[in-house]
Amino acid sequence: MYMPPADPAILARKAQIIARLREVLPEDAVIDDGAAIRAYECDGLAAYRCPPLCVALPGSTEEVAEVMRICAAEGVAVVPRGAGTSLAGGALPSEDAVVLGVSRLTEVLEVDLDNRFIRVEAGRTNLSVTGAVEEAGFFYAPDPSSQLACAIAGNIAMNSGGAHCLKYGVTTNNLMGVKMVLADGEVIEIGGPYSDAGGLDLLALICGSEGQLGIVTEATLRILPKPEGARPVLIGFDSPEVAGACVSDIIRSGLLPVAIEYMDRLCIRASEAHAHSGYPDCEAMLIIEVEGSEAEIEAQMARIKEIARRHDPVELRESQSEEESGRIWLGRKSAFGAIGRINDYMCLDGTIPVSELPHVLGRIGEMAADYGLQVGNVFHAGDGNMHPLILYDANKPGDLEKCEALGADILKLCVEVGGCLTGEHGVGVEKRELMGAQFSDADLEAQMRMKDVFDPAWRLNPTKVFPLEASAVRRGG
Amino acid sequence: MKAETEAELAEALAGADGPLRVMGGGTRDVGRPVAGAPLEVGVRGARLYEPGALTLVVGAGTPLAEVEALLAGEGQRLAFEPMDHRLLLGTEGEPTIGGVVAANVSGPRRVQVGACRDFLLGVRFVDGRGQVIVNGGRVMKNVTGYDLSRLMAGSWGTLGVLSEVSLKVLAAPEAEATLVAQVPEAAAGVALMARALGTPYEVSGAALAGGQVRLRLEGFGESVAYRVGALRQALGGDWEEVEGAASAALWREVRDVAPFAGRAGAVWRLSLKPSDGPGLLAALEKRGLTVEALFDWGGGLVWLLLDEAEDAASAAIRGEIARLGGHATLVRGSRELRERVAVFQPQPAPLAALEAQIKQKFDPRGILNPGLRGR
Repeated sequence: MYMPPADPAILARKAQIIARLREVLPEDAVIDDGAAIRAYECDGLAAYRCPPLCVALPGSTEEVAEVMRICAAEGVAVVPRGAGTSLAGGALPSEDAVVLGVSRLTEVLEVDLDNRFIRVEAGRTNLSVTGAVEEAGFFYAPDPSSQLACAIAGNIAMNSGGAHCLKYGVTTNNLMGVKMVLADGEVIEIGGPYSDAGGLDLLALICGSEGQLGIVTEATLRILPKPEGARPVLIGFDSPEVAGACVSDIIRSGLLPVAIEYMDRLCIRASEAHAHSGYPDCEAMLIIEVEGSEAEIEAQMARIKEIARRHDPVELRESQSEEESGRIWLGRKSAFGAIGRINDYMCLDGTIPVSELPHVLGRIGEMAADYGLQVGNVFHAGDGNMHPLILYDANKPGDLEKCEALGADILKLCVEVGGCLTGEHGVGVEKRELMGAQFSDADLEAQMRMKDVFDPAWRLNPTKVFPLEASAVRRGG
Repeated sequence: MKAETEAELAEALAGADGPLRVMGGGTRDVGRPVAGAPLEVGVRGARLYEPGALTLVVGAGTPLAEVEALLAGEGQRLAFEPMDHRLLLGTEGEPTIGGVVAANVSGPRRVQVGACRDFLLGVRFVDGRGQVIVNGGRVMKNVTGYDLSRLMAGSWGTLGVLSEVSLKVLAAPEAEATLVAQVPEAAAGVALMARALGTPYEVSGAALAGGQVRLRLEGFGESVAYRVGALRQALGGDWEEVEGAASAALWREVRDVAPFAGRAGAVWRLSLKPSDGPGLLAALEKRGLTVEALFDWGGGLVWLLLDEAEDAASAAIRGEIARLGGHATLVRGSRELRERVAVFQPQPAPLAALEAQIKQKFDPRGILNPGLRGR
């Protein structure tokens, strides 16, 4: 992957820039030494690394604004970073950029149960947002697999989803307001604890803008009352086609499970070896979760099982206890990690119309065979958000490139069948050069004009999202 | 003129030599009156409907009634329950799905499932240059590039003219029931709704109309029956249960603000923190204003009916909103009034500056509904 060369003029002023940052931040909040900076060289897309100019870790919105004002004055690029769990290279630094991490912004600022919202600093982790309201019987719905580590700031930047968004939606559907710092250091507030936008829906534009429009420092999030109970059922099939047909029938029936997850044999086996969830050894497995009271769960389960039986499942097993449900979800949420224990892998994130699942799974198998690579599939089947995991050997010369080529082909296939390049991980650096497969020049131009409004000098995460050639003039390249 | 295809629309916009008044069915005469040549979007018909994927792609000029009939044929619906403005505004014509999206129109169920914009999967539109732009798509999860689709929702045709919208649809429930209690006092009513919405029983409508708190539950028959019982028990007090068509009628009334229809006066629509509503109402009454209120979304949406005199209390309402947060729209008012006072919520200076630049990027000549959302 190509990254534009660092600006020598910025590198030459490195000491000066760091000194200015140290004037406004505590000593330990500016990191520039070799060992400490390594933790910031990459994010979850660990195949690519680059040490930044330095790392700034402001502890308040005002400090973020100070950092932004200095970076604006110095003309230096800023790469915002939440918890660094991006799988798309959204937080990948460049040598001439300051990484601005929000990891010190973790406070809960306001909890309002009557009005069902929570206001937090944006560096707070996803799971600890729920943690702050759990005892009162509430939760924050978006639940990316990385929720233990990932920050709300990153969730907003990438418009993160999760396994349960079939029912509850993704970040944009649960975000009510933000406080953010613009590229020039101006602090603005958008939205708040009320519904919809009073003017243009700027929040929609911010959510999913991959840190290119500003640094979100605070977020007002919708919280929901926890369901009375939830229970998953495992359904195994001997072919992906049948599993896909079963998903479609369930959705068609009017049921709205909170999650319909899919795993193939490769992922089932890897996950079993790691998490011991008791998954059946079969070609395709669905984890379907329903919520409600005991009676409601039973009634929905009966309907689901009746539909599933029409598709001759090889396994049909309802969870019998909280503990078993926990293990079933642990296996799913740690599937990526389990694969990572046995192999290097690249995780894709294309979304396709649910009706195309069998066709696309078949094609992925054929394409992988042509490349001589293995692909595991684990994904959110209810909404067509696929996560093909391409296995490769990082130590084998050329294997990463081969893996990336297959990945690009798979994502183009997703677009061809009516889907998109990324459902919840974001474009980052990983998919920016594929944007032309989904968008015309005019479509991309319309998007880039929005960045022109918020960040006219294109200093915020400038080399992400858009094809480098398309953004070259704006970046001054 | 009326554009029947996207190409005609693009041509009309590229060739426009002056301001245009963009319209779908012309039923939502909201905003500062626009002086411009009417441009009617007549791009009609379903492009794709996959009930098994809960996806509908449809021409923006398709009548809403046609969309709803198509979905009903498969036991599905637009879950965000768009309001029909004709009753309240006394307008005629056929509401279109593009108009619904452009105005981000959502009804009582918004409190549970989200707004129109939350069901919007993608759009095709023509910008002020006449350029066709595609954003989003037809799949439920899509973070590819910036979200211009939702930006279009609620922009009232000032950034671009929608030619096609892609929506997530949901199954229509097997059953519905509404619990009704008499609660004459607004603060008590809103507090009661907050308690109901804080339960796990999936209340899909919470309104206070005419001293009556209404709570709706929808879903499979056995589930609704269970939750009606559980909610009654959780809340205590006297509740009457209304089922099926009678329940649906109660919510159509709330959705369309029927209590204020056909009556003299201006109508404001306020979005605020639910618990702030009763206090705001009391503050207006304290100023000697005669106000009638209808609370929806558990109190998060407040409709106010008041006299047009003194700019329909515009200054007082704006003042309260500035203090509390939220936004207010003068949805119904005479032309003169809407020309005189800000119809939409004036935005704080930094946001207004961003909005002006965004508008300029999409519509550099300023021909799309100029002035509708403010000067």
